[in-house]
Amino acid sequence: MATKRGEESEERKKKRMSLLEIKNLHVTVGGHEILKGIDLRINAGEVHSIMGPNGSGKSTLAQVLARRETYQVTAGEILFNGRDLLAMKPEEAACEGVFMAFQYPVEIPGIGNAYFLRSALNAIRKHRGEDEMDAMDFLPLYREKLKVLEMDEKLMNRSLNEGFSGGEKKRNEILQMAVLEPKLAILDETDSGLDIDALRIVAKGVNAMRSPERAMLVVTHYQRLLNYIVPDRVHVLVDGRIVRSGGPDLALELEEKGYGWMETEARQTAPASA
Amino acid sequence: MTTAIQNIDHYLENFSALAKQARRDDPRWFEKLRETALARFLKTGFPSTRDEDWRFTNVSAIARTPFSPARKKPTGLSPADLAGWKIPNSAAQLVFVDGQLVPGLSTLDGLRKRVTVSALKDLIRKQPEVVEPHLGRYVDIERDPFPALNTAFAEDGAYVHIARGTVLSEPIHVLFVSTTRDTPEMTHPRNLVVVEDESQATVIEEYISLGSGPVLSNGVTELVAGESAHVAHHMIVREQPEAFHISTLRIEQARSATVSSHSLLLGGGLVRNNVHPVLRGEGGECLINGLFVGNGHQHLDNYMLVEHASPHSSSRQFYNGILDGHAHGVFHGRIVVHKNAQKTDAKQTNRNLLLSDDAQVDTKPQLEIYADDVKCTHGATIGQIDENALFYLESRGIDRISARRLLLSAFASECLARMKDDTARAHAEQLIHKYLSSFADALAEGSADRGRQPERTGEEVG
Repeated sequence: MATKRGEESEERKKKRMSLLEIKNLHVTVGGHEILKGIDLRINAGEVHSIMGPNGSGKSTLAQVLARRETYQVTAGEILFNGRDLLAMKPEEAACEGVFMAFQYPVEIPGIGNAYFLRSALNAIRKHRGEDEMDAMDFLPLYREKLKVLEMDEKLMNRSLNEGFSGGEKKRNEILQMAVLEPKLAILDETDSGLDIDALRIVAKGVNAMRSPERAMLVVTHYQRLLNYIVPDRVHVLVDGRIVRSGGPDLALELEEKGYGWMETEARQTAPASA
Repeated sequence: MTTAIQNIDHYLENFSALAKQARRDDPRWFEKLRETALARFLKTGFPSTRDEDWRFTNVSAIARTPFSPARKKPTGLSPADLAGWKIPNSAAQLVFVDGQLVPGLSTLDGLRKRVTVSALKDLIRKQPEVVEPHLGRYVDIERDPFPALNTAFAEDGAYVHIARGTVLSEPIHVLFVSTTRDTPEMTHPRNLVVVEDESQATVIEEYISLGSGPVLSNGVTELVAGESAHVAHHMIVREQPEAFHISTLRIEQARSATVSSHSLLLGGGLVRNNVHPVLRGEGGECLINGLFVGNGHQHLDNYMLVEHASPHSSSRQFYNGILDGHAHGVFHGRIVVHKNAQKTDAKQTNRNLLLSDDAQVDTKPQLEIYADDVKCTHGATIGQIDENALFYLESRGIDRISARRLLLSAFASECLARMKDDTARAHAEQLIHKYLSSFADALAEGSADRGRQPERTGEEVG
């Protein structure tokens, strides 16, 4: 009986626990400290946005979450689903349910889009102990998601992102996300370079994926995307620190006033450092 | 120039011995061709690295080794042994073991009328009139000592003739197997492929070896493409690590002929592959496509000489190299545009992946343009596996070894995509896959490839 009660409290604990919990994260790149103590909690079902000027560390945060090794974590911890994310390799994080839509998706000639995505899906399914999916089963799923993102079926057999326009590349990222169904989706400046039509399509694809089990972190420079993907929380990142957090209105305020006033404020309140 | 360490006298002795016995029945014109070639070879000896065409490839190990002509020995091979080397759907297969045709292992049943596939040796004796106008007329024995040596010692090889207006849809497979014994032996396979006007054919020339130890395969293929003919030639070299392999493909293209040369250098200790097309007639098109994959101490040298001799002809060279261990790759791409060859369109691209710190590649473009209205471009890249691409794949759940294997296959697949013949491509794909799998697995052990320098790129337009 005692053990059973123990299990229940464990279960409740997990429910209370955030899907993503970042504590005092410090990150350096090439000897420069980019993130200077980030604290952030995101619960399942929530959409958070990180906004900030160029060079504030937004993309660094996204890349660290996707486990890029070039970024050196000097202090702090990240718990994902209660597990130590920093101990995971990129492919482990992906298999556990972390997905980052790249700001600059990579072109890889010689690997077909469909083949690549099926390989990725099967790697994740294998990790979960599920059966691998053959080409026949995969095709309908792929076709369905292509339709949602209004992408041409001909892209399927073309090489990964090769010769894709900027908008096609970003849509392809969201398409991959839709097929891989991550627990945590990180969108790294997915809106940059998109025209309004492409932006709407991308937002539609992202919104279709909002669910109580899934969290999203939308990294953006501009407020425009947040008209279409309305976040629960907005965090402003300036010089490696979250200087302000608030509701969706904060994004509008930033759009109106720019980042300047907040940068000044951040300098005044920042602890004196050498 | 002959250097002190070269011992070429035994080539004269071997030649004299052959002339007295085995070659007594050969026609006089052929013997004369051989004598001229031998004289030329004895005059120059083997090339040295002071020779511009051989700057990156040292053949002194070949010069030092006293190779004697391969003798006939029981092969002990049965058709069952050969099953794994057979290409399904080939129209015909000729198998030569140590330079000798093995009729029991060869099949010619898939052939149709107007297509001739036979041993060159038989043709020289029985129908010299079809061979004489072509044999030795194209390959340049003055420029390169190896074709001279081949011509002097050539005994046999494939003769392929496609009569005018004939389309052969399945490839012809010519397989050369070298076996070893206690003394170093050499073979000089000699092939002649004549595809007449408006005909179409694919020939696969493949070299494999059994056993280990020094052997020299020094092959020459003369390929004649008639007007508007479409010809594909596939060269596959996968000999053992102690084997020396030299091959020369000389292509003669008539007006509007389309020829593609696909080279796959996978095995062999020291390999030199010469491809020399001459676009003699107007409007010819030539594709020279290749992949070389080396590790250990392999040396893989690709020497291209493309001659544009008439207006409106185009050539494309695409060579990809993947080198690991201490392997050394060479790409030497020379394009010569003759004076009247206006509107020539020539392009050359060489891309290389170096997987270890000790792997090396030398890439040398060389343009000689004597016409004034031409378009010639060349470019070369040398790099490592792209870390961004690797991370992209990993970030989607694909583990590092699989990601590497995918990227290597992708790099190689560019060459496969240029092969039009399905049978030949499938065969090449299967071989590449086999070689690359062992690469990616070995890569998993070392992590020397992390934190690499960025890719060096050079692109020039001339």
